[in-house]
Amino acid sequence: MDWQGQKLAEQLMQILLLIAAVVAFVVGYTTASFRTMMLIYAGGVGVTTLITIPNWPFFNRHPLKWLDPSEAEKHPKPEVVVSSKKKSSKK
Amino acid sequence: MHSFGYRANALLTFAVTALAFICAIASLSDKFSNQNPSAEIQILYIKRFKSYGNDEVSLTLDINADLQSLFTWNTKQVFAFVAAEYETPKNSLNQVSLWDVIIPDKEHAKFRIQTSNKYRFIDQGHNLRGKEFNLTLHWHVMPKTGKMFADKIVMPGYSLPDAYK
Repeated sequence: MDWQGQKLAEQLMQILLLIAAVVAFVVGYTTASFRTMMLIYAGGVGVTTLITIPNWPFFNRHPLKWLDPSEAEKHPKPEVVVSSKKKSSKK
Repeated sequence: MHSFGYRANALLTFAVTALAFICAIASLSDKFSNQNPSAEIQILYIKRFKSYGNDEVSLTLDINADLQSLFTWNTKQVFAFVAAEYETPKNSLNQVSLWDVIIPDKEHAKFRIQTSNKYRFIDQGHNLRGKEFNLTLHWHVMPKTGKMFADKIVMPGYSLPDAYK
């Protein structure tokens, strides 16, 4: 998964589980059946698992561009410079 | 969220937290139910009243109770018992459990039963002759999730004969 995909997966998971919990409670309360609430919630957890855990293609719509290995070999690795202050670059 | 295991762990944690939350709300929803249980007990007759070192009574009760309003969607079962309560010079309160029942659902919660006492009514001493006592119906409502709560109905005005039978 790429970065955007990971963020999407996390958001989807939280929203789907919250919806499953709310729907389960409302249906269970109005039908006065504790069992119904548990079954609907279990179903919701199952559906969320299927949607967010496997590495579906739609999570990889902004793929990262990795450097080609043959290209990397042509350029030597940067030397480690020991200095007191180190400026870190933003990703 | 970079790996299968990472996402699975996050999902499981969140799912269990949300489950705890809806169970807590389900338990709180019990507060909104209207409860008005009622009961009546009569002593039909006293079979035996002797003293074997300690006083013992054997009696037959007619118990008429309606505990249906105690049942909500979050109730697993109701445990009800009848206790005789009286005072003696030695103890300010004696409670002797005479009969109990586990009520699994609403249909069984309204009943009338005539039964001899399930458990022996034995005093610590010789205090029961002519004793006045209360019969109290206690119940414990056991929920599917949440806190168990208990309450009772006190029915005063029962008494035992002045002499042994």
